[in-house]
Amino acid sequence: MSKVIQQGPAHDFKKVLRHSPFHDRIEQQSQIKSWSPWNGYQTARVFDSLSAEYFAIRSSCSVMDLTPMEKYRITGVDALKFLNRLVTRDISNIKPGRVTYVVWCNDEGKVLDDGTIFHLQQGEYRLCSQHHQLDWLLISSLGMDVTISEETHEVAALSVQGPTAYSVLTAAGFVGLDSLKPFGIVHTSFNGTDVTVSRTGYTGDLGYELWVDPANALSMWDCVFSVKERGLYDIRCIGLEALEMVRIEAGFIMPGDDFNTAETTIRAGHDRSPFEVGLGWVVNFDKGHFTGKQALLKEKALPIQRRLVKLSVEGNKSPDQAFIYDAKNGNNIGAIKVQCWSPILKANLALADIEYANGKPPTELWTEIFYQKELAWRVQWARCTVSETAFWSHSRRSATPPPAY
Amino acid sequence: MTNSSVSVDPKSVIIVGGGHNGLVCASYLAKAGYSVEILEARSTVGGGAATTQFADGFQVSGLAHVLHSLHPTVCKDLRLENSGLKTGATIETIALDTDGNHLTLGLNDLAGSALSSKDREAYSAFKQEFRGYASALEPLMMNKPPRLKNMDKKDKFTLAKLGLKLRFGLGADAMSEFLRVGGINIYDVLNDVFDDPRIKGAIAADAIMGQHMGPRTPTTVLTYLHRLWGETHSQPSLPPGGMGQVAKALLTDAKDRGVQIRTEATVEAIIISDGKATGVKLVSGEQLNAALIVSNADAKTTFLKLMDVAELDAMFAHRIHKTRTNGNVAKLHFGLNELPTINGLSTDQLGQRLLVAPNLRYVEHAFNHAKYGEYSQQPILEITIPSIADPSLAPSGHHVMSVSASFAPYALKEGWDELQRKAFVDTVIAVLEQYVPGFANTIVAQELLTPVDIEEQYHVTGGHWHHGELAIDQSFMMRPVHGAAQYDTPINGLFLCGAGAHPGGGITGIPGRNAARRVIEMGRS
Repeated sequence: MSKVIQQGPAHDFKKVLRHSPFHDRIEQQSQIKSWSPWNGYQTARVFDSLSAEYFAIRSSCSVMDLTPMEKYRITGVDALKFLNRLVTRDISNIKPGRVTYVVWCNDEGKVLDDGTIFHLQQGEYRLCSQHHQLDWLLISSLGMDVTISEETHEVAALSVQGPTAYSVLTAAGFVGLDSLKPFGIVHTSFNGTDVTVSRTGYTGDLGYELWVDPANALSMWDCVFSVKERGLYDIRCIGLEALEMVRIEAGFIMPGDDFNTAETTIRAGHDRSPFEVGLGWVVNFDKGHFTGKQALLKEKALPIQRRLVKLSVEGNKSPDQAFIYDAKNGNNIGAIKVQCWSPILKANLALADIEYANGKPPTELWTEIFYQKELAWRVQWARCTVSETAFWSHSRRSATPPPAY
Repeated sequence: MTNSSVSVDPKSVIIVGGGHNGLVCASYLAKAGYSVEILEARSTVGGGAATTQFADGFQVSGLAHVLHSLHPTVCKDLRLENSGLKTGATIETIALDTDGNHLTLGLNDLAGSALSSKDREAYSAFKQEFRGYASALEPLMMNKPPRLKNMDKKDKFTLAKLGLKLRFGLGADAMSEFLRVGGINIYDVLNDVFDDPRIKGAIAADAIMGQHMGPRTPTTVLTYLHRLWGETHSQPSLPPGGMGQVAKALLTDAKDRGVQIRTEATVEAIIISDGKATGVKLVSGEQLNAALIVSNADAKTTFLKLMDVAELDAMFAHRIHKTRTNGNVAKLHFGLNELPTINGLSTDQLGQRLLVAPNLRYVEHAFNHAKYGEYSQQPILEITIPSIADPSLAPSGHHVMSVSASFAPYALKEGWDELQRKAFVDTVIAVLEQYVPGFANTIVAQELLTPVDIEEQYHVTGGHWHHGELAIDQSFMMRPVHGAAQYDTPINGLFLCGAGAHPGGGITGIPGRNAARRVIEMGRS
């Protein structure tokens, strides 16, 4: 039967937010002390200037502490069977040393969360998720020989992203990255210390995620930043706000922000299926049973009701929290969930939840933008265009070895 | 994987388990033109409706021993009297009293010594009122429980009938009273209505029998109504030849309709291919295909033992796993070398249904032990001596006594080892001795079936009478769990027809009948 292991000492309840193993350095680097809680950790929103952080990701090299991301180690005879029943995608062809993006649903086929599965070693997996999922994993493990071990606090993770990420890490002494393909994992070392590196990220550009024993977290941080100290490449810490901008550019979704996750939905119809959030491509009906399969088969047979779409909005006014209409002064058919001004694309980008009439996308999309000029409110209509592909993508993201800058 | 190219008769049905509901379901399906095969693990069919020999010459109803709710609709539809069904003479319930002031609880009237006229009148009014409530539930009992979301026409019809029955069948005042008491506990109701502790004890025992509940447990009015529902359509009796005779009549009927029956054919797994049940695999390794599989087994056995749980959605499997299915009643059989004598009871009265549940406090106390994994020090007893009406059940001059004793929890703290078993039997005998002095010396043979034994011998998870508690959260549209409460299940082509399905346990035949109707109805659409 399934087992669960929760390691580490109990958290001191008087300390509301945890400090990550990188905290000493982050605290040092934070100029404006702008913090947010993220999964119970004290996390930087902005270190000094948002635009500088944004351009670090897009033009040079950024570093972000990923430790708060939920991490579960899944092992045991039925590990693969467990995961394949959990998620909508077929992961039986994910070889050791590979990572894949997954989404999982409740019985009704509504999205509970998304994340990534790392096939670390033969039969040994790590599931990373946006939200806490231990209860759902345990529920899903009934009758299976699988061990689920929450390792969020036992693994320090650092995301190194940007065009020069490869050059920076190579200069810092991380070996074996030249042959590491996107969504690949390599167990390697820096300065003789073990580290697992995956070529993954949330930016839509070249980038790596480094997974290390918390005891070695600070030395790894210093090793990466030594490249900057030696004057080789610029490296900047980035916070949650810059990450939010680049993930919108890359068209990545954030369950809980862009749509309600099934577990937190109270009102009927406010949860979303994978099809409705544009994740139909990760639903595989050809594999065996998975939770929500019957419900999704039924839904697939009917015209789609609504979609989370990527929108570019004309003009330069921020369509923050704006409604979407099917014509100028037309019917309200949805709303913008998240949006940003993309400095690199010079465009207003957004993710919006809109209704599809009879399974067809609306022919026209408009939004009514309220904005201020010198504290006076004005209103303006702006046409929106749906984009089926990511707004931002770069060939270096998939090139192996990546270009050295 | 089965070969899907092999064509399967779309009206072929395999029924997993030949309990009485499996037999009823088979007969209804065969009647509708289905070709049905029953696979029963035991050597006899009937499940809890069984006659067993527990010692040389001593026979007894192995599990259920009072026939109190076999539904006339089933008897009529299947013309069971043609198949030799004999229900036996109607019996009454006698609440035993150590001082000999026993009470006879009739259908409408109370009899006995030291009774106030107020309680007599209250009893008649109470029975009439509560039987009215129970019969108002009839549309709900006789149909698939309506879904509250995505109702079909039939669900709306059932709800409409239920509404009409409640509002106009009962009348506005009775309906509002029903809605007041429907969800509360029997303890409060009984204290409102009666003064005499003997009445309260006996009715409370009926309300909680077979459940993990005491009189103060919420919704024990509902469990009482479930039991009373039997009274709305049939009279309690001890079938001659024991309950196995009822099973035999059902078997005869099923065979006459062309149902194939295989005993000692243990199903190891239900074969599922692409979300659809396509057949079964026997322990022997043999594989049988059918278009439809109907499981007479309880929900836990069906979903968690007979199939790979990975074939189910996670929350559905979790809900099944979390249903409360631990039994609380032990069955004791005694071979006696003489007819017991109870002070104040005639031989005819001894042949009725005897209850040891002298007052509410006794019943609640008995339950207290069960809460902590102990058996009751003063158990509630339901006693029958079927050999009075049917002497063939015991050697000449001898008698057989059948006792249902509560509480004997499935998960006994110490476990049901020999020591505990003996101690429990001694406890039951000690209680019996209070009413039948010298009882112990008349015992020549005995048998104890704890819920663990019942689980093993009758293949019922937890040894639970009803294949799972009949609490409100496991009843109606939530029985066994929502998602499988309309007899069809998340696995295409797989149906439930046992006591774990609506409306629950007892030898009613209704889950089997309702399931068959559901299979037929879904086959049409």
